[in-house]
Amino acid sequence: MKPGRLASIALAVAFLPMVVPAHAAIIEITMENLVISPAEVSAKVGDTIIWINKDVFAHTATAKNGNFDVTLPPKKSATSVVKKAGTVEYYCRYHPNMKATLKIEP
Amino acid sequence: MFIRWSAAVAAAILLSSPALQGASAADKPTDPQIAHIAYTAGVIDINAAKQAQKKAKNKDVKAFAEDMLRDHEAVNKQALALVKKLNVTPEDNDTSKALSKQASDKLAELDKLSDAAFDKAYVANEVAYHKAVNSALETQLIPSASNAELKSLLQTGLKIFQGHQQHAEHVAAELK
Ligand SMILES: [Cu+2]
Repeated sequence: MKPGRLASIALAVAFLPMVVPAHAAIIEITMENLVISPAEVSAKVGDTIIWINKDVFAHTATAKNGNFDVTLPPKKSATSVVKKAGTVEYYCRYHPNMKATLKIEP
Repeated sequence: MFIRWSAAVAAAILLSSPALQGASAADKPTDPQIAHIAYTAGVIDINAAKQAQKKAKNKDVKAFAEDMLRDHEAVNKQALALVKKLNVTPEDNDTSKALSKQASDKLAELDKLSDAAFDKAYVANEVAYHKAVNSALETQLIPSASNAELKSLLQTGLKIFQGHQQHAEHVAAELK
């Protein structure tokens, strides 16, 4: 193994805990053709959700219980960190026929 | 009462227009006609939204009008790109004409109203209008479309319109 390679691995290992806490996951939720997928997904408190809007329309991910409200302009994505446990139903305020569920474990 | 009546008329125009009537293949609207009807349906809602932006007082109604403007402009932009790509020239037809006529009558009628009365009538008409267009898309336009890309754009359009109908119903419920 070349020293340069070793150094970059060491660097990566050193920075890893800062970038992603060991237990946290990154979950992608996509909106395309007015469909949210996956329609149901499980996450843990501390996980990061990447919301991806592939449509030319603006959408929102709005929790029915008020826990989050993410606005997604056309063809844009956004991230949010899951904060509270519970089963959260969410929808798009502009197109309330877009619905999905996020199951958040503590 | 008048609102309910005009919704029925809109539905009747959409569903019983000569261009959409009959079961035989010859009576089915062609793709150029379908493209024209779908585009016209979008333009009508854009014009209604522009009127609402000027006249509406309630902030939810104003926001709703802005959403309609943004979405329908986006759909129509896609529709224009598609007809260009397919080399199809949208063809005017009786359904498009009837829709436009009915819409301009509605604009004139709503123009006489102001404040809360306008807000209520605009949102009620949005519910009725989206319902009528959804029904036409589902039962006539989508089944008649022969080009796969046009069909898929209409299917996206249907989901958008269904979303708008529910959104309009929420706003209407809050105005009461
Ligand atoms: Cu949406």
